[in-house]
Amino acid sequence: MTERSANFEKPSRRGVLGAILGALSSPIVLSRRLFAAAARRKIKWGMVIDLDKCTGCRGCAAACRAENNIATAGPERAEEGRGIYWMDLLTVEEGEYPNLRSQFIPTPCNHCENAPCVKVCPVGATYINEEGIVAQIWARCIGCRYCTTACPYTRRYFNWQAPSWPEEDRQRLNPDVATRPKGVVEKCTFCHHRIRAARESARAEGRLLSDADVRKLPACAQSCPAEAIVFGDLNDPESEVSRLAASPRAFRLQEELGTHPKVVYLREAKWRE
Amino acid sequence: MAGIGAMEIEEPRSPRFTFEVQPIFEPLRRTGAGFYWAAAALLAVVAFGVYAYVRQYVYGLGVTGMNRPMYWGVYMANFVFFIGISHAGTLISAILRVSGAEWRRPVTRCAEVITVFALIFGALSVILDLGRPDRLLNVLRHGRLQSPILWDVCCISTYLTGSLIYLYLPLIPDMAILRDRKEGRVWLYRFLAIGYRGTAGQKKRLEFWIAVMAILIIPIAVSVHTVVSYIFATTLQPGWHSTIFGPYFVVGAIFSGLAALMIAMAIIRRGFRLEGVLKDIHFNNLGLILLVMTCLMIYFTFNIYLVEITGNEPLIMASVLAKVNGPYAVPFWGMIVGGMIVPAIILAFPKGRTVTGCVIASVLILVAMWVERFLIVVPTLIHPRLPWTAGSYAPTWVEWAITAGCLAAFALLYLLFTKVFPIVSIWEVQEGIDEAIPKVRERFKHYMPD
Repeated sequence: MTERSANFEKPSRRGVLGAILGALSSPIVLSRRLFAAAARRKIKWGMVIDLDKCTGCRGCAAACRAENNIATAGPERAEEGRGIYWMDLLTVEEGEYPNLRSQFIPTPCNHCENAPCVKVCPVGATYINEEGIVAQIWARCIGCRYCTTACPYTRRYFNWQAPSWPEEDRQRLNPDVATRPKGVVEKCTFCHHRIRAARESARAEGRLLSDADVRKLPACAQSCPAEAIVFGDLNDPESEVSRLAASPRAFRLQEELGTHPKVVYLREAKWRE
Repeated sequence: MAGIGAMEIEEPRSPRFTFEVQPIFEPLRRTGAGFYWAAAALLAVVAFGVYAYVRQYVYGLGVTGMNRPMYWGVYMANFVFFIGISHAGTLISAILRVSGAEWRRPVTRCAEVITVFALIFGALSVILDLGRPDRLLNVLRHGRLQSPILWDVCCISTYLTGSLIYLYLPLIPDMAILRDRKEGRVWLYRFLAIGYRGTAGQKKRLEFWIAVMAILIIPIAVSVHTVVSYIFATTLQPGWHSTIFGPYFVVGAIFSGLAALMIAMAIIRRGFRLEGVLKDIHFNNLGLILLVMTCLMIYFTFNIYLVEITGNEPLIMASVLAKVNGPYAVPFWGMIVGGMIVPAIILAFPKGRTVTGCVIASVLILVAMWVERFLIVVPTLIHPRLPWTAGSYAPTWVEWAITAGCLAAFALLYLLFTKVFPIVSIWEVQEGIDEAIPKVRERFKHYMPD
């Protein structure tokens, strides 16, 4: 008895080492399992926007603005074409009177798989990350505006002046998203900071990111009252976006250019650009 | 210095001139009031341009008329324009040298200087256009070779280096002449002459390397304006995405460059009383080359618009119609008629190829070619592929001031060059008088049946 208690009181050096190693390696083992699961299937983030559901409320544009600390140009500057809208809501008129139809189109960056903007950047400030997001490193951007010119969707924005916000907005800037200085290009990121945060919390719970976690993850999707915007992994055949993207109503903007946008639109009526 | 030259073992050829060489030295010796007035006026314009740029640097590119989708504007037109002008010099001079056109001799230096300065302002125009010029060196640190901008950086820096060498090599004997004659800034000429004495060995080596550079510079020059066109042509934008753009830009470059050269020559001839050196025949011959380039330009322009219009693709037609029958109709037709057809008519007749005729045609061409560059950049961007984001563009005073500043700085540097260096290659003219006549006679004999 005395022997055993002595053993208990004085743990062996090997025991301590093993405990430390075990404590250190358990998250590695756990995350390796997660990584292995992620590596099996490469994620390709995409978005589906149902135009037949869109009510044109501009909730997506407003939410995007607040979430991503987008500077306000002011009414005059916006009139001059200096406004920045990572998510914009366009109103397009189709046909001629009396057969007139107007269509609301929410337009985030298309995150093309074959992105013309990425090809032309001279400094690698824009690139496609491993999950398919067309990202922008504004700390590296030299402001040559070649990407903005090359984008066939005109979905990239330049900071024509130093960013400014109304005082009450400035005090409520989102700490998760860096503000951009004047002279650089910025764009929609599919709210990648939210994806990262969601992945962190899923990992903390010891599980993988599920489709339900991300379906309404970007600010635009979260805020859409008509639930017209759905986000998810296009490589996952089970995901909501994959299911919707396979719909006969699905189309992408200027598909004929071969840019392979990852933003899919749905509309019942035949689409004419 | 002449004393040391005489002590050389290898017999140095003491320069003797069989033509009226004093007018060439004159600008280096005396500076009239006209020079100071011109320099002061140019300097004032440059200062205003600098002021405009400081404003732009502080407040951002919002002080220009650019916006979304008009992401490029006057600065990009200036870039293409200046790079185009740069083709006047080295390329023309190299082609004439390689093809043994003996009349080139008094003209080459005027041309080569244009290249060097125009290239500097071409490259500068892009830097002035950057949102973050402080991060310019990212192009070297993070440069990606798949971007056409990187191709431009490579080609333009190669061309600038090549043209500087090509300007300098034929300058060496002239520096030696000035050093030996103890003209003006002897210390500078002694430094630049790098011990050249005109010995047979030195001359042979010099002429070998001039010949090598003349050949090397031609493909480099062609590559430069081709990759400038690639900046536009490699994008998907309607009206830019065209295979003709490379050669079209090269032809346009030589076209505008020749016009710039003739204007510079006319000013030098008048200002420095060099009528005896830059003669009517030089204007006539350059006018003939310019006529060929005018015809080529008309041909290319016709080609582009005919194909675009018959294709009738709505997106391309939007930018074509903006030019042909829209907001840009006046500059467009002004460019076609005033910058191509009228110069072609002037230059087609021997009576038009006088100094005055050539200068009128050249001024028209130069203005038209700037407009042409502007019309390449702007109407396409105003009508982007996604039609709901159409824009408008009106350049602001900042853009005009910076443009004027660049032009003035270019003219000022050229002017200063003429005050420090002989603007006509003295030794080459003398060599032409000494050697070209028997050489050409010999060559001519080979053309004829024996």
